[in-house]
Amino acid sequence: MTSPSSNGLSVQNLAYTYGPKTALGGVSFDLPRGRFCALLGPNGAGKSTLFALLTRLLVAPQGTIHLAGVDLGTDPRAALRHLGIVFQQPTLDLDLSVQQNLRYFAALHGIPRRDADARIAKALAQLDMAERAGERVRSLNGGHRRRTELARALLHDPKVLLLDEPTVGLDAATRSAITAHVHALADQGLTILWATHLTDEIRDDDHLLILHRGALLEEGTARDVRGNAPLADHFLSVTGHAA
Amino acid sequence: MSYLIALRAVVGREFLRFVHQRERFIAALVRPLVWLIVFAAGFRAALGLSITPPYQTYIVYEDYIVPGLCAMILLFNGMQSSLSLVYDREMGSMRLLLTSPLPRWWLLVARLLGSTAISILQVYTFLGVAWLYGIDMPPWGYVAVLPALVLGGVMLGALGLVLSSLIKQLENFAGVMNFVIFPMFFLSTALYPLWRMAESSTVLRDICAVNPFTHVVELVRFALYLEFNAQAAAMGALWTLGLLALAVWGYDPGRGMRGKRAGG
Repeated sequence: MTSPSSNGLSVQNLAYTYGPKTALGGVSFDLPRGRFCALLGPNGAGKSTLFALLTRLLVAPQGTIHLAGVDLGTDPRAALRHLGIVFQQPTLDLDLSVQQNLRYFAALHGIPRRDADARIAKALAQLDMAERAGERVRSLNGGHRRRTELARALLHDPKVLLLDEPTVGLDAATRSAITAHVHALADQGLTILWATHLTDEIRDDDHLLILHRGALLEEGTARDVRGNAPLADHFLSVTGHAA
Repeated sequence: MSYLIALRAVVGREFLRFVHQRERFIAALVRPLVWLIVFAAGFRAALGLSITPPYQTYIVYEDYIVPGLCAMILLFNGMQSSLSLVYDREMGSMRLLLTSPLPRWWLLVARLLGSTAISILQVYTFLGVAWLYGIDMPPWGYVAVLPALVLGGVMLGALGLVLSSLIKQLENFAGVMNFVIFPMFFLSTALYPLWRMAESSTVLRDICAVNPFTHVVELVRFALYLEFNAQAAAMGALWTLGLLALAVWGYDPGRGMRGKRAGG
């Protein structure tokens, strides 16, 4: 079963309601392999609902999601294998070491210990975290914890990476390093969906989705979407909210 | 194979968490010991017990309540584990578990087996202390009780899972605990046999008789004395399967398992 983006992320006519309130009303977009896409939306726009649907924490009564060409609705387990997720909430056990946390995650994906340790070493090295493998997460600062989350999300070689406001609460230098790293991942072929409030994390060449009140307001490269105005101003003018 | 890898990891994580929370272990041990040493001493004279199966002789009250206190450890741990699930859900670790590409029922069962293993460790520690205190069972009873503890642990853990799927916020949990743990414990055969209850009220006796916790207590009691209580085992198994099914249903993503409404 293939979709228009057989190696990326494809969402067609996705809708979800909480009782009478529409959280998402028929959203569609298509991200090919290697695309970095920023998802910008004010609070209540439906970003969290979209992420919950993409990660199958919720199941949509309407619409389809394809992850790397696999239908999440009909073959959820195969689809989830292709998905890496950095949640907004911390997922690390503070009392365990970085290595123990990552081993736990690898095992949840059925990766045997020896293979897992090799992957962990590689993922940590890429994020300059190799020497912290044995440290307890509790002793890490916010930036290192986020990097660990990112390493975790990449352990099983996903094809699509979702990040839900991954830089919230981090200092400017750390934010910029993580943003640059994830852009580099897109260059290596990963499809990235990056939800954010922070327009300075979005580059002009990035693909941009603006979500507002459960609908896709605008889509295109950030440069085209913003026109001549700075992105933050443009966002404010179309949604009535400061980014 | 990947199922077993995940099972080992989930159980292993429970052990590691347990090792890091020694105060939880102490608290879990102190609670039944207080009942055994203080409560039982006070009630020893008040509660005369006749000879009922599996006992073949008159027993002291401390002997009577040990199986109920073993089951109490399973009950409290099952609930505590589900409380940590509600907490995990507010954090992200529950999301991590539920977005694994393994079947959700298996992930939930793995979590249950992990918490049950910890409970059983605590029960054996309690039985060890009780033995030092002078309350001993037939030696093979300590082995025979293991399957009963597994069944009871999974059943009460599944009950906790069901509750945690219904409870949306951590703050609501304390109230539910009071409405679940205490009635289940007191309306059971943990502290007094059914015939004692019947002397006061047949309605209460009937409630005790159908309480799933009673089946756990009796299964444990009989197993400790190397006897098999078929009725308690059958009812316990039925309750376990029913609660497991409810827990899997409670965590079905199609039902909208969410810690809280989506924020943005």
